[in-house]
Amino acid sequence: MNASYRWLLDCVPGLQLTPEEIGEHLALRGAPLDGTVSPGRGLEDVVVGRVISAEKHPNADRLTLCEVDGGKGIVSVVCGAPNVLEGAWYPFAPVGAVLPGDLKLKKAKIRGEVSHGMLCSAKELGLGIDHGGIYQIHGEFIPGESFIEAMGLDDVTMDVEITANRGDLLSHLGISRELAHAGRGTVLVPDFPDDPKISLAFERDREEARFGAVGIRIEDPDLCSRYLGVVIRGVSVGESPAWLQQRLRGAGARPINNVVDATNYVMLELGQPLHAFDLNKLEGTSIVVRRAGERESKFATLDEEHRALSSDMLMICDLQKPVAIGGVMGGLESEVTNDTVDVLLEGALFNPQSIRATRKKLGLSTDASYRFERGVDPEGIELAVSRAAALILSTADGVIDGPVLDCCAVEFEADVVSLRLSRIEHVLGVGFTSLEVRSLLEPLGFQLVDEDERVVNVRVPGFRSYDVTREIDLIEEIARTHGYDKFPSEMRPYRPSNVPDHPMFELEDELRRVLANRGLFEAQTPAFVPESEGDVQVANPLTSTEPFVRRAILPSLLRRVEHNFAHGNRDVRLFEIATSFRKAGKGEPPREEAHLAVVMTGRREPSHWSRRDEFIAVWDLKALLETVVRISYAGAAKVIVEADVVAPFHEGTCLAVMDRTDLSVGHGGLVLPSEVDAPVWAGDIWGFEITLPSNPLRLPTPKHVPLPTFPAIERDLALIVPIGHTGAELDLLIRNSGGALLESLEMFDLYFDPENDNGMRSLAFRLRFRSADRTLKDKEVDRSVNLILRRLKEELDVEPRG
Amino acid sequence: MTDKSLIAVLKKFETEGLAAVRDASDLGALERVRVELLGRKEGSISVVLRGLSNVPPDERPTVGQEANRVKEILSRAIVERESSFIEGTSISHEDLTLPSRATWEGAIHPVTQAVDEISKIFRDLGFTRARGPEADTEWYNFEALNTPLDHPAADEQDTLYLTDSVLLRSHTSPVQMRTMEKHDPPIRIIAPGWVYRRDTYDATHTPAFMQVEGLVIDEGITFVDFKATLAEFARRYWGPDTEVRFRPSFFPFTEPSAEVDVKRVVTRQDGTREEMEWLEIMGAGMVDPAVIENAGYDPERYTGFAFGMGPGRIAMIKHGVDDLRRFFENDVRFLGQFTS
Repeated sequence: MNASYRWLLDCVPGLQLTPEEIGEHLALRGAPLDGTVSPGRGLEDVVVGRVISAEKHPNADRLTLCEVDGGKGIVSVVCGAPNVLEGAWYPFAPVGAVLPGDLKLKKAKIRGEVSHGMLCSAKELGLGIDHGGIYQIHGEFIPGESFIEAMGLDDVTMDVEITANRGDLLSHLGISRELAHAGRGTVLVPDFPDDPKISLAFERDREEARFGAVGIRIEDPDLCSRYLGVVIRGVSVGESPAWLQQRLRGAGARPINNVVDATNYVMLELGQPLHAFDLNKLEGTSIVVRRAGERESKFATLDEEHRALSSDMLMICDLQKPVAIGGVMGGLESEVTNDTVDVLLEGALFNPQSIRATRKKLGLSTDASYRFERGVDPEGIELAVSRAAALILSTADGVIDGPVLDCCAVEFEADVVSLRLSRIEHVLGVGFTSLEVRSLLEPLGFQLVDEDERVVNVRVPGFRSYDVTREIDLIEEIARTHGYDKFPSEMRPYRPSNVPDHPMFELEDELRRVLANRGLFEAQTPAFVPESEGDVQVANPLTSTEPFVRRAILPSLLRRVEHNFAHGNRDVRLFEIATSFRKAGKGEPPREEAHLAVVMTGRREPSHWSRRDEFIAVWDLKALLETVVRISYAGAAKVIVEADVVAPFHEGTCLAVMDRTDLSVGHGGLVLPSEVDAPVWAGDIWGFEITLPSNPLRLPTPKHVPLPTFPAIERDLALIVPIGHTGAELDLLIRNSGGALLESLEMFDLYFDPENDNGMRSLAFRLRFRSADRTLKDKEVDRSVNLILRRLKEELDVEPRG
Repeated sequence: MTDKSLIAVLKKFETEGLAAVRDASDLGALERVRVELLGRKEGSISVVLRGLSNVPPDERPTVGQEANRVKEILSRAIVERESSFIEGTSISHEDLTLPSRATWEGAIHPVTQAVDEISKIFRDLGFTRARGPEADTEWYNFEALNTPLDHPAADEQDTLYLTDSVLLRSHTSPVQMRTMEKHDPPIRIIAPGWVYRRDTYDATHTPAFMQVEGLVIDEGITFVDFKATLAEFARRYWGPDTEVRFRPSFFPFTEPSAEVDVKRVVTRQDGTREEMEWLEIMGAGMVDPAVIENAGYDPERYTGFAFGMGPGRIAMIKHGVDDLRRFFENDVRFLGQFTS
């Protein structure tokens, strides 16, 4: 809501606050300022100039050569507009002035004549649309005086942020109520110049009202509870007086013509949107309030757009056709123009939900729809109509014809809300007496209709009937007007949470800590992906290129690797813990799982002259995968070699993670080069992605094993192994054959001669034997080793190296 | 001493010596092993050879041969072991001003770090952490939270829908209802998580961002507890001199509602103190009785407060990051600035 500082001061006589102080005050009432601008911004260099003489340019038919008094002597100015009048006043930008859009004026020679400045149009000043030429201003001025001051543009337009519940603040009157409340004055609807002081007669009926040839009928009282219309005949439509234009500009609005300006003025002042029809364009000079008919599918609004109607939209119609979209926008055909003579002024109350639905469907939010959606004061409509009518009479002449036709299909009844004093303390922690409640609520328009020592009954004014309907709403008003800052802020005892800390957080914390300690960076990537990477589609996606939410995280990390490559980063190690979305049953929310993805490329360690650079290899990936799997699944999952090829990994490099039920819960490997847009210098990219358990177990508490007291005997076995037998097979066989004395087994060497490929490779194992209760003898160990060798020979045809 | 016993001693030197060579963990250790076994003066083998004069002459050649064989085996083992160490000695006179032999340092994402810091403070204040789905229904995201879909308040968060009634949560507040459905009071939780809105990327908006929700429900919770708890949080997070301000606001699921602002006092390097501008850090309020009722609790008995804040924005301010999009680029040079 744009509010004019000067207008607010007029509404609260005696208010002596600067715009900043008003902002501070409103912020503490729940309506902070988003910023301020001046309606005269950018016009500081413009002065008021008087045209002393105007003659046709000697060398150009369309140009005028003027002598202008801009306060610093009379200068010659070439003007392109046809309507320059001798003796008239115009905004004048002298040489050196800077106009909006950073246009700096220089002395210029135009068709042989020197021009010392420019007479400006409204558009050039950012003040509105051109009415066919430069902007003549009316009144008594001094040549050279500031245009801003002369035009009353030295106002401050305050952008007040109004929350969705406070439709009553969408007017100067509403904001003034909050300002006045602090004991800084009382609210007043200010007088305006030439007020005809009329007193309108209201002809109150139910669904239908009529006077002479003019009729009004509400056919849909659910969507329009009340409709007022008054006829003003013989208006002369034209420019509004300066004071009215200043008001509108101060409130960030643009003057259009005196009739439309009057309705806008009242809307900005009182919050009631109004509309003026050209009465003679209404078929049967009547209004019917009904929904759009089946065949009324198109409608031209006054912004010259064709709008598609639907039969749930409330339309204001004449006897034949729609003439306005109720509460949203008037129609092009019935709008008030310079030729309009008779006007029907409308003031109505529309159903907020219906306005909202129509506005959303049309994608058309207007000042009117914005207010109706948030609720317009049902008790203020008569004042609004009277005031707009008086304003039209004062600025456009005309006479009122007949009474105000007031169709009141649904009578407004003010709510009376009961408020228990005990409940105030129960919620706010501080008690209030009924006297205090009265002094806090009544200045805002609430009325205490009766009270006892426990309960007060409060009548809610119409303008608050939308957001104050319950006891808690009144309690909020008490807290708000008392001032949040006045409540104590003391820690009081509390009981511990009955909700256990979710174990996923602990797991995620642990994984993040471990991975960061191993040199990886946590990444955060948005969940939106192209169709190829998602199962679950967004119905109203932000971009057409990424209309899905992802099922896997690794592709997002690969995009981040590309970003890093593009910036010359060769060593990239990233991980992310995020949600994977998968389709579930129809109409059900998707299935969500937490995933951990890791991607690594580049050097294993920073370079140092004391060692050779090594690059991340499958063994690093496997180690990290084993670590995170152990942490995530509390030892109840294992990393195995994946027999199949799994995207996006290279054949023969693929690892799988199996949980205790032998279900695959993750894969890793060398990322296929085709999956990443990488420069030639980039190294191999290794990655994995695992599903995290939804209810993770903790790792079992370590149990102490007494350290051995007897010495161990170690033996090394170098074995010639036919290619095809895996390390895991040998490991298993040796462990199974080693008996109880075999304490540990460690593979420590691998040799394969590619020059001399005989289908064999050599693997060396170190075996450690130990007994818990005696010192072993060599002979015992020899027996065990011989058994192992025999079984290796028998079962795998593996022999020791000669 | 007979040759038999000397030969047994040599055999023992052989096994033990080979084990010692294998176990030597660096060049210094290996050198000590070599001196002990093969040293000319006190080395074990030398001692045996020097004692040959006491052996009967006919047995000398056998013992001598055996001693040389063991010496040979141990020497070879030592040379082999030596070559398994990569160059570089443990005792040397290096230029210690040269850079150290580092390992990579990783980091937790700065926004997660902010979430962690916020969480830690609330956990110290007796809160536990809760979570809920990121894709949820209109009921949990709006209606259960006293936000009718036909109210303008539902617009303020431009929501991404998956189907007619299933959406990507536009705030973490659905976790409030999901927690209350599962647990009885006292409830004292925070719920960090991702939320989604139909916002295009710019310096202060991204379509997905982190939020931290909070909810307290119990008997006797009042506006005073609400103010005190959040002010305590703000001072612990932003510093003990931080001023905290509560401003009225509107959220459909809290009443009274508030915006919480902080004014930090920053101490410059030269010791001067500077008061910063007011900074909006969260939306909050007393839980609306309608929400408490929707959760199946008696609103006459239970009251509470709730709050929500954006750790991304907080991390921006804290680290002086000028553009929220930096957090999504994941450039390792950027992430590397947040190592702990």
